[in-house]
Amino acid sequence: MIELDEVSHRFGERVVLRDVTLDLSERRIGVIGANGSGKSTFARLLNGLVVPTRGRVLVEGHDTRREGAEVRRRVGFVFTDPDAQIVMPTVAEDVGFSLRRLRLSSSERDRRVREVLDRFGLADHADQPAHLLSGGQKQLLALAAVLVTEPTVLVCDEPTTLLDLRNSERVASLLRELPQQVVLVTHHLDLLEGFDRVLVVDDGEVVHDATPESAVQFYRDLSRGLSGGRLGDGGSP
Amino acid sequence: MIGLFRPGTSTVHRAPAGAKLLVLALGAVVLVLLRTPVAVAVAAGLVVGLYLLAALSPRDLLRQVWPLRWVVVVLLPFQWWTAGWRTAVVVVGTMLVLVATAGLVTLTTRTTALLDLFEWLLSPLRHVGVDPQRVSLLLALTIRAVPVLVDTLSDARDARRARGLERSPRALLVPVVVRTMRHADRLGEALVARGVDD
Repeated sequence: MIELDEVSHRFGERVVLRDVTLDLSERRIGVIGANGSGKSTFARLLNGLVVPTRGRVLVEGHDTRREGAEVRRRVGFVFTDPDAQIVMPTVAEDVGFSLRRLRLSSSERDRRVREVLDRFGLADHADQPAHLLSGGQKQLLALAAVLVTEPTVLVCDEPTTLLDLRNSERVASLLRELPQQVVLVTHHLDLLEGFDRVLVVDDGEVVHDATPESAVQFYRDLSRGLSGGRLGDGGSP
Repeated sequence: MIGLFRPGTSTVHRAPAGAKLLVLALGAVVLVLLRTPVAVAVAAGLVVGLYLLAALSPRDLLRQVWPLRWVVVVLLPFQWWTAGWRTAVVVVGTMLVLVATAGLVTLTTRTTALLDLFEWLLSPLRHVGVDPQRVSLLLALTIRAVPVLVDTLSDARDARRARGLERSPRALLVPVVVRTMRHADRLGEALVARGVDD
């Protein structure tokens, strides 16, 4: 359960999120909106990568401002660019890197690494250099490296943006099967099929909060200027 | 180290990283102290034997020392001319043997095993404020940065060519610096997300 209580965030003078109050308890939650609307900042608030300038975010009762480590233990985060999150030279070592902070024995570490690589179809690449994987395999590795720590929530910030259709669908189907709560920020609206709840973010506000069908329709209307929203300016947050 | 590791089950692979680095260090000390062509020849024979024991081919060995070819081409005749053939063989031979041995260590040792070793070696420095985990992470990131920088440079070079600006250093350097800084930012964020700072 994630709670956002009157959360606002600004970068300098620019307000990127304004008075967001939400309880996120559903298993599959989508977040859509234009570039620069505040989606990525919203995602980063959920695991304490960004701390709100006003209000508070609680993950299973832990405040992201004061208990960042506790929150990050529970909330895994997958970024758009897998290259930026791969730290170690080989596939197995990168997954193992996530487990270093858990202080497991090397045999337990190896067992968990093998298990997760098997699950993600990367077992044959275990000793290969991570930088030689394809884009899709790199994103699978990024997912594996996060999920090996068994977080209870997974936040994904546009994880399929750099992938081709086949790899997008592969990542999407893996996300669908996860037992964890998933918060997915995406521009690929078809990935939201079967989701429990979808938020539409526009100009720093959650302007629509409904089922995928309703939210996608609202977002399409918004993009065409039919819903009276402001739409983002194409900036980075 | 960037993808050089070759998985295997040989005695050399199974030897602890610390033992391998110790052999490398002792080999360097012995060769420098003895300074004889015979010692270099014996060491070279041992290194070849260890490559074979690790089920690595002569080509793998050659690949380790190949980057030194121009140094050898310049250094060997220069040393011969200034100090005689013995010194030339000892200086160049010692360098080749040590580089080949270091290559053998990286070919048969996982980076994580080396990082664990560095962490252990640096642990006494904890008392003077050095964080061994951070130092080993720094080493890992340095190793990881090499292919990223190569890719960035290659992309920027292609983009420069596509714009018809082959001779402009600015068209190469600006995107490389900007992308590298952005990558560093994202990497920092990813490390925090993976709990490195916690």
